[in-house]
Amino acid sequence: MNKVKCECGHVNPHGTVLCEACGNILDEKARQGKLLDMRYEGSARRSQTYNKTIIDRIWNFFSSVKVGVILIVITLIATAIGSILPQVSTLGQLPVPAHQYYEENYGWFGKLYYFFGFHDTYGSWWYLLLIASIGVSLVICSLDRAIPLYKALKNQRVKRNTNFLNRQRLYNKAENVEIDFTTLKEKLKKKHYNVHIDNGNLLAEKGRFSRWGPYVNHIGLIIFLIGCMLRFVPGFYINEFLWIKEGETLAIPGTDKQYYLTNHEFIFEVYDESDGEVFRNAIEEKGMIAKNFQTNVTLYSAEQSLPGEEPELEKIKDYEIQVNKPLKIDGYALYQSSYRLNEIASMTFALTNKETGESYGNITIDLNNPQKKYDLGNGYGVELLDYFPNFQMKDGVPSTASQDPLNPAFAFKMVTPDRPEGERSFAAIQQTIEVTENKYKMEFQTAEMVNYSGLTVRLDNTLPVIAIGGVIFLIGLAQGSFWQHRRIWIKTEKGGCHIAGHTNKNWYGFHKEIEKILSDTNIPIPIDQKTEKNQEKE
Amino acid sequence: MRNKKKRLVLRSIILLLLSAAIIFVLYSNFSKDNRKVAAVGEEAPNFVLKDLEGNEYKLSDYRGKGVFLNFWGTWCEPCKDEMPYMENQYQKYKDEGVEIIAINVGETKIAIENFAKQYNLTFPIVIDESGEVQKAYGIFPLPATYLINSDGIIVDYIETTMTEEMVQQYMEKIKPE
Repeated sequence: MNKVKCECGHVNPHGTVLCEACGNILDEKARQGKLLDMRYEGSARRSQTYNKTIIDRIWNFFSSVKVGVILIVITLIATAIGSILPQVSTLGQLPVPAHQYYEENYGWFGKLYYFFGFHDTYGSWWYLLLIASIGVSLVICSLDRAIPLYKALKNQRVKRNTNFLNRQRLYNKAENVEIDFTTLKEKLKKKHYNVHIDNGNLLAEKGRFSRWGPYVNHIGLIIFLIGCMLRFVPGFYINEFLWIKEGETLAIPGTDKQYYLTNHEFIFEVYDESDGEVFRNAIEEKGMIAKNFQTNVTLYSAEQSLPGEEPELEKIKDYEIQVNKPLKIDGYALYQSSYRLNEIASMTFALTNKETGESYGNITIDLNNPQKKYDLGNGYGVELLDYFPNFQMKDGVPSTASQDPLNPAFAFKMVTPDRPEGERSFAAIQQTIEVTENKYKMEFQTAEMVNYSGLTVRLDNTLPVIAIGGVIFLIGLAQGSFWQHRRIWIKTEKGGCHIAGHTNKNWYGFHKEIEKILSDTNIPIPIDQKTEKNQEKE
Repeated sequence: MRNKKKRLVLRSIILLLLSAAIIFVLYSNFSKDNRKVAAVGEEAPNFVLKDLEGNEYKLSDYRGKGVFLNFWGTWCEPCKDEMPYMENQYQKYKDEGVEIIAINVGETKIAIENFAKQYNLTFPIVIDESGEVQKAYGIFPLPATYLINSDGIIVDYIETTMTEEMVQQYMEKIKPE
């Protein structure tokens, strides 16, 4: 691969279209056009020149903007499809396997959806690979364009080849003109141009830094992606869920038992008519409108302990967790995100004489920790022989279907002064079974209910990185959008002159600015060759 | 020529860095689901649990012995089938250095006591009331049995219902030499 030496003496990398120094056209194709493509200053985009080793091939693949755009479009489509049905990660614990769930709920579409892996779009390997490819494309595209562009702009000379000038969009020439470079320089400086004069040639330039906008923007994006990647680094991101019953004290998941939480009370409030006329109408229409979800908690810190071990707790604070008002500690945030009402916590029974209805006292059974014996005094007492939280009859034997108190049943032994051996009774909800005819019974009095609060536990240390990436992204965007890179060239030759102008955007404003600068000089005002061409066509 | 070499090296380094980052993300993504779950070949997560009388049992105290770690509940039908086999084999293997720790998944003392009495269980039964040990071992569903060797390493994980023969073979597997 040979370097290209321009007639001006500058040595350019292979593949250069326009000489970095004088702008002379080195590429045959570009010479035939009426206007030049100035996007990368005609610099040699490396990707398009070498294709030797496998490394070069991979590099060149990702260096293509076309490939980058295709990757973005594919990702966009996949992201859209992933939003059609709920993602499996948002469904919680399913009663059936996931593939069955999708088929049962969404039919053949659900089946296909699961088959192609869209049930877990955003966590799937192929989605990550797509995002990663976009990242790679960003890095390589930027490197391959920013570096040659930087070199071309750094190497540009004041004196430009005439072929370069007359193929600029804004161009004009004149015979026999005298140019007063000193006053022209002053005028240009007033418009904040950097002016370079070299032997009857002039280059006025401003806003070059606007050209770096897209690349700054890409750096922001890459930092953003790195931030997302940090989620996988231990300690950066935690997203757990905690079901906690009223009265319970549990370790906060994800904190390695460093923090504990007690749920004192879960509060669920709805609007009622006393809240005003507006609410009355809404309540009539919708039935119930939630006003407040709240968990009153106490937060504790704990010494290091093993799973199952109960450490000493040290109270940190009391707090009321509400929707959008999370409890924050040490980077962790606990959000109110779910609830479950009315689980039976305890049941109260009265030892009663069946005939007379006389009661000998109440016993209250804590369903989490039932006692074996309840003494009522005066020779009366109750023994709890067995307890089935979720009672069922299986093969003629009472058993429990789970450990949740959904359908509690008890085997009692009632001891009374006249029946010291005790009478046996089996009490389930709405039914009592007796082996022999009893004199006494356990009469149900009341049940106490507890509520569960569902809290999301989240730690996200990637946010600052993502924020920095976002800020850099916006800086790059502003840099490229609100500034323009403008250049004016004047070349004197044989008593006449050429004038050309280039900007990366807002040609209209640039044209007006040149007109104003040149207004009372004898230099010809450049003509917009692009609109001129269009007019000719018409 | 030198430039070309430099370019190749530079490109290789950049591509290497990028692919390392991608591989890291993909690997982390694949392993995120079983990150906390005790895997075969790893050291068994240590724990401390209490039995019905309040005696503490700590897994690390069992170094030098094989541990047959069984998670169970009174409502779990296969657990009921397994318990007598475990009891039988426990009688044979406890003198050979194999211990059973049966972790109940957090039921009431009455239920556990009646169950133990019904099946004449003599091995230690501890209660994981907070569910922390189940979480550390990633237990779902029951029954679940971990075989832990004398070095505290998980040798096997069994999710299916065991026959008495299987229980015997598993105990043989973790018998200290």
